Amino acid sequence: MNSSLATLLQLCILLPIFATLGIVALRRHQNLREAVSIGTSVLVFYAVVTIYLGVDAGETITVHWLQVLPGLSVNFSVEPLGVIFSLIASFLWFVTIIYSMGYMRGHNEDHQTRFFCCFAIAIGSVMGVAFADNLFTLFIFYEVLTLSTYPLVTHSGTEGAKKGGRTYLGILLGTSVAFFLLAIVGTWVVAGRLDFTSGGVFPAEANTTLLGIILVLFIFGIGKAAIMPFHRWLPAAMVAPTPVSALLHAVAVVKAGVFTVMKVGVFIFGLDLLVVLPTTQFLLYLAGASVLLASFVAMRQDNLKARLAYSTVSQLGYITIGVLLATSSGVIASSMNIAMHAFGKITLFFCAGAILVAAHKSNISEMRGLGRQMPFTMVAFFIGSLSIIGLPPTGGTWSKWYLLMATLETEQLIIMAILMLSSLLNIAYLMPIPFHAFFSNIPAKSEHGESAAKVQIKEAPMASLIAIGIATLGCLVLFIYPNPLHELASAILEPQQ
Amino acid sequence: MLAHLPILQVIVPLMAAPACLILRRPQLVWMFTLLASTIAFIISILLLQQVMQTGTISYELGGWSPPWGIEYRIDKLNAFIALIISGVSTVVLVAAHTSIEKEIPQEKHTLFYILYLLSLTGMLGIVTTGDAFNVFVFLEISSLSAYSLIALGRDRRALWASFQYLIMGTIGATFILIGIGLMYQMTGTLNMVDLATRLPEVAETRTVTTAYVFFIVGVCLKLALFPLHLWLPNAYAHAPSIVTAFFAATSTKVAAYLLIRFTFSIFGVSFSFTTLPMEMVFLTLGLLGIFVASTVAIYQDNIKHVFAYSSVAQIGYMIVGFSMTTSAGLSAMLLHVFNHALMKGALFLALGAVMLRVGSTQLKDFQGLGRQMPLTMAAIVVGGLSLIGVPLTVGFVSKWYLVVAALEKGWWPVAGLVLLGSLLAVVYVWRIVETAYFKAPLAPIAGKEQVKEAPMAFLLPVWMLVSANVYFGLDTRLSVEIATAAAQSLFGVAP
Repeated sequence: MNSSLATLLQLCILLPIFATLGIVALRRHQNLREAVSIGTSVLVFYAVVTIYLGVDAGETITVHWLQVLPGLSVNFSVEPLGVIFSLIASFLWFVTIIYSMGYMRGHNEDHQTRFFCCFAIAIGSVMGVAFADNLFTLFIFYEVLTLSTYPLVTHSGTEGAKKGGRTYLGILLGTSVAFFLLAIVGTWVVAGRLDFTSGGVFPAEANTTLLGIILVLFIFGIGKAAIMPFHRWLPAAMVAPTPVSALLHAVAVVKAGVFTVMKVGVFIFGLDLLVVLPTTQFLLYLAGASVLLASFVAMRQDNLKARLAYSTVSQLGYITIGVLLATSSGVIASSMNIAMHAFGKITLFFCAGAILVAAHKSNISEMRGLGRQMPFTMVAFFIGSLSIIGLPPTGGTWSKWYLLMATLETEQLIIMAILMLSSLLNIAYLMPIPFHAFFSNIPAKSEHGESAAKVQIKEAPMASLIAIGIATLGCLVLFIYPNPLHELASAILEPQQ
Repeated sequence: MLAHLPILQVIVPLMAAPACLILRRPQLVWMFTLLASTIAFIISILLLQQVMQTGTISYELGGWSPPWGIEYRIDKLNAFIALIISGVSTVVLVAAHTSIEKEIPQEKHTLFYILYLLSLTGMLGIVTTGDAFNVFVFLEISSLSAYSLIALGRDRRALWASFQYLIMGTIGATFILIGIGLMYQMTGTLNMVDLATRLPEVAETRTVTTAYVFFIVGVCLKLALFPLHLWLPNAYAHAPSIVTAFFAATSTKVAAYLLIRFTFSIFGVSFSFTTLPMEMVFLTLGLLGIFVASTVAIYQDNIKHVFAYSSVAQIGYMIVGFSMTTSAGLSAMLLHVFNHALMKGALFLALGAVMLRVGSTQLKDFQGLGRQMPLTMAAIVVGGLSLIGVPLTVGFVSKWYLVVAALEKGWWPVAGLVLLGSLLAVVYVWRIVETAYFKAPLAPIAGKEQVKEAPMAFLLPVWMLVSANVYFGLDTRLSVEIATAAAQSLFGVAP
């Protein structure tokens, strides 16, 4: 127990929330306002890194806030999975703010103060999810995350945004209230406690059929994990400005979902129990179906952001599969994929936003020959795609590697086949984009009447390019240097002191 | 002085009512009413404290010992309900002067406050008395003043709404009277404790069953339990805003109290739920109420109607808790009684602010209010979230207890239905949010001034109630402790 680390942990959650005051106070001075955001993100990242080093050195951190109902408290503690999640979220928050400055100004968006405020609250609640010590705390921040991202999804205020926001809120709030909460209360009634414990909380004599039902309720209820048929909110959320799609709907929100699934699988049920539950196999196939179907749907999308969204749905399925396989390599694969997919997908979204700002294009069919105008962006897109598919030299390789190992260990050959097929589909829907951008000719006469020969390099604003660069670099670095991540991921299953 | 608190609880507002006539000047009358209500509030706090420490208080009216004389009997249950009533009444009154300025003609202001105090007297009387006939007397006091208060609404539809309520309410009161009369016939007593000891001896008779059924149907009419809720939406929608805020938070709670009191302390669980199949009846009606009323709420254009139907649905939740006949279910019900008072008080008072500035509560008039009345709309959003049952609000606490109680009883489908019901609340709350925040404000009509934020007199009480929604969602010690204690004592006392 270390009190300074405990303070840092609370700062991770509170700093972004207090930052909103600064952001609102400085709303008339754009640069100062963004300085507040950047400063906060650096501080939060610093705090998370310090916590990481502390945990690495064997410290344990617990924080008790308040007891809401008898036996139900808002408590925080740190364990390796939470560290992975918070490290990624805080680092990419910093990157995204830099990107947003370029994007929001380049795109002349309104209500930028509200945008940065909600963003900060969302990150604060992500930290709350990451460090939650029990399901109850996690649920509270899970809901705050939903509500704080709603204004971001509906940012433009158009009819389309309103409709998207309706789907977003309807599904996320709906599943969480109708299934997730029921599952939590069910757990409470059966086990009598909700704190995350290595090996699970349920007593050995509990009825496995009932627990199987609770597991189904959890998987459906955690709508943020976007398992079909509750995935519709994710494509709907694509009406949001691109930085939102990038950070929240490729990293923070969806990862909060699969993170919760992992927490529930490992610390509420425990892997040993997960294997014997009667519904696990069904859920595995459901997640597998989700992976495949989403990939097929992605192939048919012409809108770049929609294609990326469906690709996310499919990748989230991988993570859920990893947990449900209930072996140590499955859990390692899932936790690594949280990181790998975050870097890969955020790169892709950043590129999509850059293309929108610089070339005003959002449909894939219009992007032929774009590589000549935006070579940097398109190279980054290529690398990001490699990581999503899982090819060297990118970080995505490792998580796919472990996942396949897990399917072999458990002899889930159907699931393995699904994963292989899905990788091929990934290639089919991602690779043509950079390929056509570089090797196809620009249509002889474009709409503006400029001829192909005169294309000049016109990239997105500098701030955005820097952010793309950092994210792309992240994909590559994670291939060469995955060891710290792997160590953290392996530590998840070690019993805690 | 302290020994006389139970009677002072009722006497203070009762005496204050005619005294208003002397004061004449509306402003003074308002302050006087506020003072009287505050005193009633303080008394109920003191009473609750006393009950929690020393147990049930019995007060003999005029020195006649019960069961011959009238007894006022305060236990944890009615001290809790009295606290809710007097508390909400006081907070709502803060905004009264500003609100009725626009909604009620000047010469009727004094009348308004007198009726308000009488209505408060009636409700507090029903709650504190330990005599069955006294219940009826106070019920009439509160109902008659309620009919007139509703009739004070600003257009002629209020008269019709009031008339509807008058008819339904009188039928309800008559049924209650018949029930009480039959009980008296069988036992020869009207004192509640006495009734409770004598009724089991004659429980097997058809007369007692009839008495119970008459009484319960009458109370359910007052409670607006689906399908006896038809009077409620119009009464709430057309009454002056302050009256709506006050009644929505309190009047159905009084009926809920009567239901609990007669079912658990007087007739006893074994009679009500074993001899008669009330468990299934209440469960079915409660669940139907939740779904039908919430669905109807979604299609309303007047926001007052939306929240009125939502009230009917919330009563459904209370009745589901009631039907479980376990201590956990009953505490869930009591918690929801408390929490719902906070939510609806806040929401209807905020609607009063909208009424004041916009002059209407039609959904279409909410366009752009997010920008024009940011604080009021924020209050409606928080209140709405509480209604949905989002964590950190009181709504979540009640849902949690209700679902836990259902699961402990093994009613998994009921728990699922209760949670599904809250999804309907998402829909009707979000219609308001979308209109207020995503639509541009209506172009100002010539000669009409621009809509601006509500005055302090409104914002203060609204935000007091809203903060209470959040505060009691975080620090649940007070509400949960009292509700659990009250529920347990009811199960301890019950034969």
